[in-house]
Amino acid sequence: MKILGLDSSGLVASVAVVEDDNLLGEYTINYKKTHSQTLLPMLDEVARMIELDLDSVDAIAVSAGPGSFTGLRIGSATAKGLGLALKKPIVSVPTVDALAFNLWGSPDVVCPLMDARRQQAYTGLYEFCDGEMKTILQECAIGIGEIVEKVNNIGRRCAFLGDGVPVFADYLKQHLTVPYLLAPAHCNKQRAASVAVLGEILFAQGKEEDAAVHRPEYLRLSQAERERQEKERDFRI
Amino acid sequence: MISKENEREVKILAIESSCDETAAAVVVNGRDMRSNVISSQIALHTLYGGVVPEIASRKHIEKINQVIEQALSDAAVTLDEIDAIGVTYGPGLVGALLVGVAEAKAISYAKNIPLVGVHHIEGHISANYIENPKLKPPFLCLVVSGGHTHLVKVVDYGCYEILGRTRDDAAGEAFDKVARAIGLGYPGGPKIEKVSHEGNPNAILFPRAKIADGEYDFSFSGLKSAVLNYLNGCRMKDIPINQADVAASFQQSVTDVLVEHARHAIREYKMQQFAIAGGVASNGVIRAAMEQMCMEEGVRFFHPSPILCTDNAAMIGAAAYYDFIAGKRAGLDLNAVPNLKLGE
Repeated sequence: MKILGLDSSGLVASVAVVEDDNLLGEYTINYKKTHSQTLLPMLDEVARMIELDLDSVDAIAVSAGPGSFTGLRIGSATAKGLGLALKKPIVSVPTVDALAFNLWGSPDVVCPLMDARRQQAYTGLYEFCDGEMKTILQECAIGIGEIVEKVNNIGRRCAFLGDGVPVFADYLKQHLTVPYLLAPAHCNKQRAASVAVLGEILFAQGKEEDAAVHRPEYLRLSQAERERQEKERDFRI
Repeated sequence: MISKENEREVKILAIESSCDETAAAVVVNGRDMRSNVISSQIALHTLYGGVVPEIASRKHIEKINQVIEQALSDAAVTLDEIDAIGVTYGPGLVGALLVGVAEAKAISYAKNIPLVGVHHIEGHISANYIENPKLKPPFLCLVVSGGHTHLVKVVDYGCYEILGRTRDDAAGEAFDKVARAIGLGYPGGPKIEKVSHEGNPNAILFPRAKIADGEYDFSFSGLKSAVLNYLNGCRMKDIPINQADVAASFQQSVTDVLVEHARHAIREYKMQQFAIAGGVASNGVIRAAMEQMCMEEGVRFFHPSPILCTDNAAMIGAAAYYDFIAGKRAGLDLNAVPNLKLGE
């Protein structure tokens, strides 16, 4: 089974091709250029290097959110365009799950932290048992205080990763009561190889969707919708 | 190269997502519209009194594949028969544009189909090529929409000289703002036109702005303020406001400015043909006034039907064809350019 993985949910743009137990190619960039300009040229480069016949891909796994709204749409629109043209299904891989999967086999509680602004994080809690990733807390957008409290309550050592780590570093230092680790550079940001491998697992479970119906999972309403809802709520009171 | 391309049918799949319509079309040789699918979000944005960029972007990604597949199936073609993909890459809302651009690039890459990046205004101008198969440059074109007000000399296909543009609000934007102020709501253009039929266009004399250092430039924010001041004055003096008269008088002021600018340019540049384009070009009062002016000036008048005036992809396909046969191609690094200038 051959899976193409795409991730442009955060600062990193990443492309990978995984075939069964082999990572055939991966290209990850964490630089200031916009994903719109980099993602497809990166795919082209990887495809050339591994002489990839795009028609041989079984599914396109895309990091489907949460994350930067625009970044998610660049990844999703790219996946949808490929899916439409190649007649291939899409596997939506939750961004936070894919981040946690970077630390496969860790004995600790794994906590990805993506900066969601307004003192919030896109986060979740995971652990690995017998080589399988188990979800303790599903991906969500919550305050940094809330997630740190949950980590403290579990009472085990916790490994943090994600672009939220430097943002919340001081808070973690001051409020964590459990021992903790910060993941190193090679695995602390989004990687399309993790998206592809997790995508392969989800695909095998039948969790694929038609390219036409795929859409990102933002975990958040747009500001206009949020304000409108608040106004309606106030009105009802 | 051009003559060779002209010998056969060039089928273009066009994609447009610069604002609040998700659109795709198949156009042959720039003139023959085989399909034109538009998924409008207008009902959704009406709740907010205007287009909300993030909501527009979210809707684009939900609809884009269905819209493209519908355009292909309406035209009874498959991607394998498509010679080029044309996509709007600016100007517009950046998040909205990016959906169409990323999608178009992915399809182009996966099927090895050449890609052409199209300027949205160039698309509006080119809507006239579909509607009027005999229209050829040179001609003068007035593009008026919710986001743009441009007076353009179309020198040749893909070659434009901008004579004037708005210094502040676009004409359509002024319609939306005035409509909101007199309680008509969004979208302003059609609503103002509708009530204006019951009003007197000469009831209130609103200003016709002239720009000292740009004879073909437009300004509509002063007019909008004049309307707001008039409304405030009425309310303070307890004078009842006649909604239809305000709408008709405001519309007349916009019409007069647009007509006089166009007339002036037709005379100065000795143009034989004049076209209008853009969403506001579907306004019946403005269209009739332009037609009258062209008759007076002895100039041929062209206009797209309303469905080709609003944002659509067929117009992008028409523009893409002329860029394509001129050899223009976009790379896999094509980006959305929200404030793209015409002729760049």
